[in-house]
Formats: sequence, structure tokens, C-alpha cells
Amino acid sequence: MTAIAPPPAAPAPFTATRHARARPDRRRQGWVRRAPLLPALVFTIIVTQLPFLLTLWYSLQSWSLVRPGSEHFVGLTNYADVFRDSQFRTTALNTVLMTVGTVLIAMVLGVALALVLDRKFLGRGIVRTLLITPFLVMPVAGALIWKTVMLDPTYGIINFLLRPFGIGHFDWVSKLPLGSVMIEMIWQWTPFMMLLVLAGLQSQPKDILEAASTDGARPLDIFRELTLPHLRRYIELGIVLGAIYVVNEFDAVYMMTQGGPGISSANLPFYIYQRAFLGFQVGQAAAMGVVVVVATIIVATFALRLIFKTFSGTEQAA
Amino acid sequence: MMASADLTTAAPDVTSAPPRKVVPRRRKNRNSLTAGVLGWIVGIVFFFPVLWMVLTSFKTEADAYTSTPHLVFSPTLSQYRTVFSSGLWPYAANSAFATLVSTILVLALATPCAFALSLRPVRKTRDVLFFFISTKMLPVVAAIIPIYIASRDLHMLDNIFTLVILYTAMNLPIAVWMMRSFFLEVPGELLEAAEMDGAPLRRTVVEVILPVVAPGLAATALICCIFAWNEFFFAVNLTATQAATVPVFLVGFISSEGLYFAQLAAAATVATLPVILAGWVAQRQLVRGLSFGAIK
Repeated sequence: MTAIAPPPAAPAPFTATRHARARPDRRRQGWVRRAPLLPALVFTIIVTQLPFLLTLWYSLQSWSLVRPGSEHFVGLTNYADVFRDSQFRTTALNTVLMTVGTVLIAMVLGVALALVLDRKFLGRGIVRTLLITPFLVMPVAGALIWKTVMLDPTYGIINFLLRPFGIGHFDWVSKLPLGSVMIEMIWQWTPFMMLLVLAGLQSQPKDILEAASTDGARPLDIFRELTLPHLRRYIELGIVLGAIYVVNEFDAVYMMTQGGPGISSANLPFYIYQRAFLGFQVGQAAAMGVVVVVATIIVATFALRLIFKTFSGTEQAA
Repeated sequence: MMASADLTTAAPDVTSAPPRKVVPRRRKNRNSLTAGVLGWIVGIVFFFPVLWMVLTSFKTEADAYTSTPHLVFSPTLSQYRTVFSSGLWPYAANSAFATLVSTILVLALATPCAFALSLRPVRKTRDVLFFFISTKMLPVVAAIIPIYIASRDLHMLDNIFTLVILYTAMNLPIAVWMMRSFFLEVPGELLEAAEMDGAPLRRTVVEVILPVVAPGLAATALICCIFAWNEFFFAVNLTATQAATVPVFLVGFISSEGLYFAQLAAAATVATLPVILAGWVAQRQLVRGLSFGAIK
């Protein structure tokens, strides 16, 4: 705002005339400043917010996609159905398990990997490149690879490696469906966490660490007392951003298990998709969508506050 | 503090305190060996599925289906021939079109927007920024039904422009935040100098700001391309035969051909390769894009 503050030392005779023109001028100025922002804002509102309003409207209807003209207003019936639906509860629980499990395990691994990569060693750049690759793999392709050449009960390489330990023919995807999907997701998200934590480690002032170690502090103490508190913001940011993406995960579930057996590995995105596009129940699927959005808003409010803290921190520093 | 987080700062400071150097350096060297061994092991472990995918894609099906994996085999390109002859090209063209056009749109919308939120901040800048990031938090699945019905009623189902619009909306928040973080790096003196010279805004932007943020534009474009190319949810729900993209091809390929490991590995390799290469090139900017510009 300070950039265009008018010069304060305006000669007295001019102030009156200037004042008379000031209001429309300032208003025009305001619009000139706002204009570059508007196309993006309007576009985003139309494409992302309008659908949610429609979802809200659909959720009050009984409507089957395959029977045109079947839609009629039913009030809150769909919501009552959603809360009575035990499958909805199961998939909601799966979603929480999947998100929390994936994000936390990926974060622990990510911190460990970042600590390794923070050291200098021969070929560090290459190792870093290898490590970020899983994140770049198209999720559909990654899920496919894990389902087949990695986890196949007979020809998969994981079972081959586990054979010396007596687990030769374990059918991962059907015996441990949720776990298999999570393995794939952890594999994809660990690099993301590692990159964020590594950026945190490398922003740590080196002189303090060196001073601590010449003063005889043990590496473990340095890590606990200096490094971990410094990393906290990065870890929080990684957890929030990771959760935003992982909670919406669809590709891995669709490719690896189709939510099965039964609904044992279905998460909410997959279940709602099934209801809408395989069951054609628009109203019910929309009601589930609204419930998920409300839950997300509650969680996201906390997340946003956290993100805001992080961002205002960086900007002060910059 | 975070702003200086850059790989270059990791270089050890040689000039300070030379007498103390001896002890820490020896310790560092010892640690580097452990770190090196450990680093290479985990690097290979995490990379292994990709490596295995690429190796399998050069095998014959007989070599791929062995309970004891064949590490030595005579490589063949026949799987790739099958993949390319089974109609991959239209899908790849759709993916390329949706990726490129949506990325151009994103940059065209995000750059002026980020400008208005950084160098010439409007009132309520913070609110606008958080509106953008909040759209990334709302689950897409809750929006897919109206989007599907609207595209059906507008006769836009199975139309590549539907995906272009959705991918633009999907990447716009990331691009706004990211571009803003680049704009904030433009030195204030540069702007002031241009203003003192009485340069008009357009010239200031073209001659002063754009050269400084050009690398940022490139990085943002790459991030948007990666996300658009890999997108599956919209593609599988809104396209059928005309506008289907590469991820949809992968699914269709498998269900029509049955499970043939080597062929499927070849298809997956072709699908993933462009993004892996782009990501390797842009890896320094990856963190910034993924953290919405929070970490530089």
C-alpha cells in the first residue's frame, strides 16, 4: 500500500482542487489496481465454487442419473440416509486411517531421509534425484506397477525378496488391501516430505550448530534441542499439505483395489464416485459430498491458521 | 530465515575460524561415509519400482513372468511396438493439448493476479490469497457431480476443452501463490528507479519485472504441466473416446489386453517418462511449487 502514497509536501493552493477530484480518481485507481486480479478470481469462483452450491442443491433432491425427470425435492432425507449408512462410516474411517497413516509414516521417513541427504557425500545430487522420482511418477502408473510387478503374489518382486523369511506367496492386494494402497501412497509421498524437511535443514544457520558441537554437545542433543524445533514449521507445513492431497486420493484406490474386497479399502472419494457413477444416485452422493466438505472445512480452518502462521513467518524474514 | 534456504548456502564457509576446522572436518568425513552408504541404499530402494518398471518393459512376457526375477535377459523393443501400435497417439495428443493449453491459461491468469497481490497489493490481499488456497482443500469429489451434469447439458462431455478448463482451475491457486513468491523477490530499488524515470506501468512490467521473474514463470509452468499430465480423476469421469488422456489409456489398455506385465510396464514407462524428465530438470523449483511458494 505504501508504494503509491501521494507526495506529502503538496503546495497549499493545489490541495483544494486536488481534493475535489480525489474521490473518483481514487476509485478509478482502486479498480486499476484490482483489474489484474479479477480474471483469475472470477474464473476460480465460477469453476470451483459454483459446483459446490449446486452440490448443496442436488443433495436435497432424489435423483437417479439413469432416469431423466426423476428428480424431486426430498429435503434432508438424503442426509438422514448418509448418517444411517454403515458403509459411509466404514469408508470415512478408512479415509482417516489412510490419511493419518500415510502422512505420518511418510513424514517420519521423510525426516530420516532428509537428515541423510543433509550430509555431504559422493553422488548426493544423484541420490536426491533418485529419491524424488516416486513423487513424479504418474499416480495411475505407480499404482499399476505396485499392484503388478511389485506386489503380485506369484511373480511380484516383494514376495521374491521375502521368500527367505517364509512369506513366499502372500496375496498383498487382496489380503491387506488398505495396507497395500498405503504402501504405494507412502512411496509416493515420502519424497515430498523429504524435500520440505531438507529445505528446512538447509536453512538452519550453520554457525550455531558448529558452535554447539565445538562446545561438546552430543549430536543427538543438538538434533533434539536445535534442529527439531527449527524443523517444526516445515514438518507442520508438510503434514498439512500432504493431508490435503492424500485425503482426496482416488487414483491408487481405483487402480489397485477398486475399494475392495467389498469396501474394505474404499475411501470417501472412491465411495462417493461409486455412488454417483456406478449407482447413479446423484442426491445421495451429493449429500455425502456436502458432509465431506463440512468436515473438510472444520479441519481446514485449523490447517489454514497453521499455514498462515508459516507464511507470515517467512515474509517477515524475507 | 527461510528465504535464504537454498542449496548454495549449504556450502561450508572456508574463511571462518581456520584453526578449529581440523576436528569437525574429520568427524564430518567419517559421517559422510555412513551417510553416503545409507543415502545410496535408500535412494536405490525408493527408485527401485521405477527401475523395475523400465527393466520389465524391455522383457518378453516369458521373461517377465518368472517367480525368480530375471536380471539378465535379452532386451526387446516389442512391448513398446505393441503399445504404440495400440492407439496411444490420440491419447498422448489429448494429454499434451490439455497440459499445454491449461498451463498457458494458468500463467496468463495467475501472473497479473500475483502481481496485484504482491508488488501493488490491493486491499484484502490476504483474504484473496486464502480464498485461492482454500479451493485446494475442498474435496474434488464433491464437485464432480455438478461438473458432470453441467458438461453433459452443455454437450461438453468427452471434450478436451472441459479438461482444459478444469486443469486451469486446479493449478491456478498453486500458480498464484508461487508467482507471488517470485514477485516478492523483485528488488524494490528496481521498481523505484523505474518509477522515478516516469516509466509507464506496462514498460516497468515488461522491462524490469518480467526479466527478474522469468525463471519463476518457467518453474511455475513446469509444476502446472506435471500436475495436469498426471491428472486422472476428471479425465476418467468426463471423457470417453474422443478426449481421453494418457492415464485413461493406461486403464483401458489393461482392461482390454488383460494382465501382461511387460506390455503394461512399457505403457506405464511411456506415460511416466515425460513428467519424470521434466521433474528432474525442475527439481530445485519443485519444493517451492509444492509448498505454494512458502519454502524457497
